[in-house]
Amino acid sequence: MWRQFGPALRITLFFTILTGLIYPGIVTGLCQILFHHQANGSMVEVNGQTVGSELIGQNFSKPQYFQPRPSAAGNGYDGSQSNGSQYGPTNQKLIDRVKASVDQFRKDNPDYTGPIPADAVTASASGLDPDISPANAGAQAPRVAKARGASLQDVEQLIAEHTTGRTFGLMGEPRVNVLLLNLDLDKKFPQKETIH
Amino acid sequence: MTAIGILNIVVFLLVLLALTKPLGVFMTKLFQGERTFLHPVIRPIEKLTYRLCGIREDTEQRWTQYAASLIAFSLASFLFAYIIQRLQGILPFNPNHFSTAHAPSGATPMTPDLAFNTAVSFVTNTNWQNYFGETTLSYFVQMAALTVQNFVSAAAGVAVSVALIRGFARRQANSIGNFWVDLTRATLYVFLPLSLLGALFLCSQGAIQNFKANTTVKTVEGASQIIPQGPVASQESIKMVGTNGGGFFNANSAHPFENPTPLTNFVQMLMIFVIPAGLTYQFGRMVADRRQGWALFAAMSVLFLAGVFVCYPAEQAGNPQLTKLGLETKATSVQPGGNMEGKEVRFGIPASSLFATVTTDASCGAINGWHDSYTPIGGLVPLFNMQLGEVVFGGVGAGIKGMLLFAILAVFIAGLMVGRTPEYIGKKIEQKEVKMAMLALILMAANVLVFSGISSVANFKKNGYWNPPGPAAANINNDGPHGFTEILYAYTSTNANNGSAFAGLNGNTPWYNLTLGLATLIGRFFFIIPMLAVAGALAAKKKVPVTSGTLPTHGALFVGLLIGTVVIVGALTYFPALSLGPIVEHFLMREGKLFSSLFSLPIWS
Repeated sequence: MWRQFGPALRITLFFTILTGLIYPGIVTGLCQILFHHQANGSMVEVNGQTVGSELIGQNFSKPQYFQPRPSAAGNGYDGSQSNGSQYGPTNQKLIDRVKASVDQFRKDNPDYTGPIPADAVTASASGLDPDISPANAGAQAPRVAKARGASLQDVEQLIAEHTTGRTFGLMGEPRVNVLLLNLDLDKKFPQKETIH
Repeated sequence: MTAIGILNIVVFLLVLLALTKPLGVFMTKLFQGERTFLHPVIRPIEKLTYRLCGIREDTEQRWTQYAASLIAFSLASFLFAYIIQRLQGILPFNPNHFSTAHAPSGATPMTPDLAFNTAVSFVTNTNWQNYFGETTLSYFVQMAALTVQNFVSAAAGVAVSVALIRGFARRQANSIGNFWVDLTRATLYVFLPLSLLGALFLCSQGAIQNFKANTTVKTVEGASQIIPQGPVASQESIKMVGTNGGGFFNANSAHPFENPTPLTNFVQMLMIFVIPAGLTYQFGRMVADRRQGWALFAAMSVLFLAGVFVCYPAEQAGNPQLTKLGLETKATSVQPGGNMEGKEVRFGIPASSLFATVTTDASCGAINGWHDSYTPIGGLVPLFNMQLGEVVFGGVGAGIKGMLLFAILAVFIAGLMVGRTPEYIGKKIEQKEVKMAMLALILMAANVLVFSGISSVANFKKNGYWNPPGPAAANINNDGPHGFTEILYAYTSTNANNGSAFAGLNGNTPWYNLTLGLATLIGRFFFIIPMLAVAGALAAKKKVPVTSGTLPTHGALFVGLLIGTVVIVGALTYFPALSLGPIVEHFLMREGKLFSSLFSLPIWS
């Protein structure tokens, strides 16, 4: 075996250079040219200011904004600590946390009386889920419309415009990107003054 | 379950089926030394590799030499990976200043035991991770240590599979190929081109690829948020094709920068399965009876569908305790329903259940949702898949080898029933092969169960060196049977070289870093070496003619026998442990029994 160690070290070094430096280098070069926006994080700008990434969820707590899912990444939507809650189905803490979220959701959205969309009160896997389900958005629509003095119909129309269907009608789930929807709200139904 | 959800799964299997033959044909040619369409471009690099590394392309190795080369190569890889990690503070491409005086608060220090665990884990194609990628590793480590191992550990896995197939295909031969040549060809012709294409596709969909430091932005509501950066797409791509599974970020393929859309999710699952599926075709072709390859494919498909269709309904039914709080569990056209804790909206229930099954059928271990937060039965499926030995397509590291091991056992059992010497692919299966197969099986089971048992009861000094939280069982994040499942899952995953985390177990202590590392090494080498011995013994045998007494191994009867062997051996070995974990938890969940944590833990401290 020790006789084999020479070629072993040489080939490891060779592949370290080839697959560890040249390969990622080539991929980076190509991606920066071909997909510059995506390769740098799909950042979203408003008036020249970067306000986030369209793929990374961020916290919204004001009533005039649609709110994202509960997040277990750091203190919520911390992009340096992607994580889920790691609560198992029989963990008391899971049930307590969901119950608190359910109560809060009911309080924030008194006009909505249907069953709670599961995604609205469960923590996502990444803690950075940029999306909510269309049902979740629909349940929040009356609150958002009221806070902005917009008509419910207009807000629902905007949700529909921001709903992405399944890919090829088959893959994944219909979803609404929270950041893009909220930015569009700010554009179409701007707040006169901030409500707290 | 919805019609679209079921269709999604069926379409996935059909696309896989369509890709199996072309890739199988390509790999057969490649490993038999024939010219492929990639030769004009890659052959010069291949020749350069041999010249620089002192490898003689035309020599062949006996199984013992082949195994020695593999071990020497793994050792060299381990040294590289370990040293690079330990030196990350002084190496380049470290814009976030890990392991330096300017490390961000909350960064995990790269201790010797963590570097050991990570090096072992990536060198063996396991990719168990006791760290958060985004708060621990520099881009240099991610590329030059981890991405490299993603390539070569997978290539080594393919090499061993090919050697084993040669064992069946050759007659009265004393050699089974050349490890260095197989390793080089797998890396250059299979993994590099597929990864390059995959990386470009993933990036086009939103996976990031840059060398920038993390960006801090001011959000719409005026808070500050860190947006992570790094060379993700290049690593993500080989992570899937090489069935490695170690994420750039902690959230792995649930992270929007690793797996941004439902389409990337679908493609990532194909990337996991395509090479293992191709190997079944290659097997059939190399032993000159394609039906033998399709028989393995059929057995794998049945076990695959069985797994998905247990996991999917369990996850869709959700957690009855949450349903009671007024949650919608039925999927509708506007929301996914089911158990969405630890899952992403863009994937929903079917694509998450499918991913969990695929990643553990193969030895991948990437995750797009936390198995820890799955329902007990939904979480049992990935656990049991790994315990079966990842024979369902399996990884490039372990897949077809495991299924061939079970095939040997299946013909042995059939032979006992009719009182004839068993044969498989024209080779008599005798004492040595069966002994080696049994040795591998027993060692795997002991590896999982003994370590899980010890960690369930071992006690350490609180705030001591080995395990600062105290008892090894104090590192779990959920109490009750779920906590036991977390420990069982950890050793199952490392033994199977899968590396998927049930998570919820704080593994970054010297005790777990060491024992999980050992379980990984045992799972890798005490499986591969007996299988290479089998390859060597088979290659030396004559081909026996097919007679009326030969059990045909390409028909439905054999497929059924093979599935039966896999399931019965798996069930008998692990049923007691599973009963204490997910099975009892399932009934407790339905009864509404809940557990509060006994220990308050600094998680991932």
